Amino acid sequence: MTKLLQWLLGVSILGVAWGIVTFDILDLRLPHVYKEVAWPMPVYLLVVFGCYSLATVGYRVATFNDCEEAAKELQAQIQEAKDDLKRKGLKM
Amino acid sequence: MASRRSDTKRRGDGDKYSVLLPTYNERENLPLIVWLLVKYFGESGYDYEIIVIDDGSPDGTLQVAEQLQKIYGEDKIVLRPRAQKLGLGTAYIHGIKHAKGNFIIIMDADLSHHPKFIPEFIKKQKEGGYDLVSGTRYKGDGGVYGWDLRRKLIRYLREDVYFPLLFSLCGLSSLWNSVNDTLLHIISDSLTLPFSHSRGANFITQVLLRPGASDLTGSFRLYKKEVLERLVEKCVSKGYVFQMEMIVRARQLGYTIGEVPISFVDRVYGESKLGGNEIVSFLKGLLTLFATT
Repeated sequence: MTKLLQWLLGVSILGVAWGIVTFDILDLRLPHVYKEVAWPMPVYLLVVFGCYSLATVGYRVATFNDCEEAAKELQAQIQEAKDDLKRKGLKM
Repeated sequence: MASRRSDTKRRGDGDKYSVLLPTYNERENLPLIVWLLVKYFGESGYDYEIIVIDDGSPDGTLQVAEQLQKIYGEDKIVLRPRAQKLGLGTAYIHGIKHAKGNFIIIMDADLSHHPKFIPEFIKKQKEGGYDLVSGTRYKGDGGVYGWDLRRKLIRYLREDVYFPLLFSLCGLSSLWNSVNDTLLHIISDSLTLPFSHSRGANFITQVLLRPGASDLTGSFRLYKKEVLERLVEKCVSKGYVFQMEMIVRARQLGYTIGEVPISFVDRVYGESKLGGNEIVSFLKGLLTLFATT
């Protein structure tokens, strides 16, 4: 199953469950409070997911490792390599 | 010398590592990357060869490669040039055909990938018997030099906001200008970052594809030879999306993936090869993978 189908399946299961509770399709006579919680749920979930996304990306940007040591090490090694290669007879 | 040879013997477990280096106009970088590879393979004692696949570079990369072959020997430096610039996937196929190793290492020749991590890749592979080991910039000590938005942000805030504020308390307009400048700096900086490598793009990909690997667009990896052969056969994308497709399909085919944190030092020499429509092609590739894997 492709990722697209997995997503469609997941979304439609949630959608049907939401529809059943919100519009009482199966005539289950659920307490009114269920409906009140259920109907704005998609919007809540979207907002929560948006916040989670922003927080995650923000946190990762803030803690991203800036490898200054690695850059310095590389620069030093480049110089070493150039000198060594020249000794070995490489014409750049 | 004798002791080093016995070291090599001790490592002689029959494994050989072929490093594929596709090059295009890397005259400056190629000798340096080869020197580093020889250094770290020499120190760790693994059996290796370096396969240079030059796509007809007009800058004379091939001539430099020939000189390197004379210095380090034909068993260590293998030249497999092609007449013109063809895709990355076909470069790998071309390289694999001539590879004597049972493991293949793929890396960029532009010095953004440091050979010092290769012994760690090999160790990781041996530990878990992984089918592929991927370098990751997003875990542990991994990271990137040259893209640090946070450092830029702090610098701009200090130079463009804090100092002007101290020195010119005379008006709010200068503060406003500073804030504006800062925003412009940040926006233009984030535009010069390759989007496909950004944290945002990575997050979207992780959510949509759940690939089980933290760095999808990186291209510093070690593969079992037959695994790479099978993957290259299956993958059709181009550029950075190709790297994503390789790892997503690897997971789909049930291959095991190990990860090693790497530091990525961006572009010491040369120009970035990313085009302007990079965001569009990245999103297209992502959606294609979403629908087909």
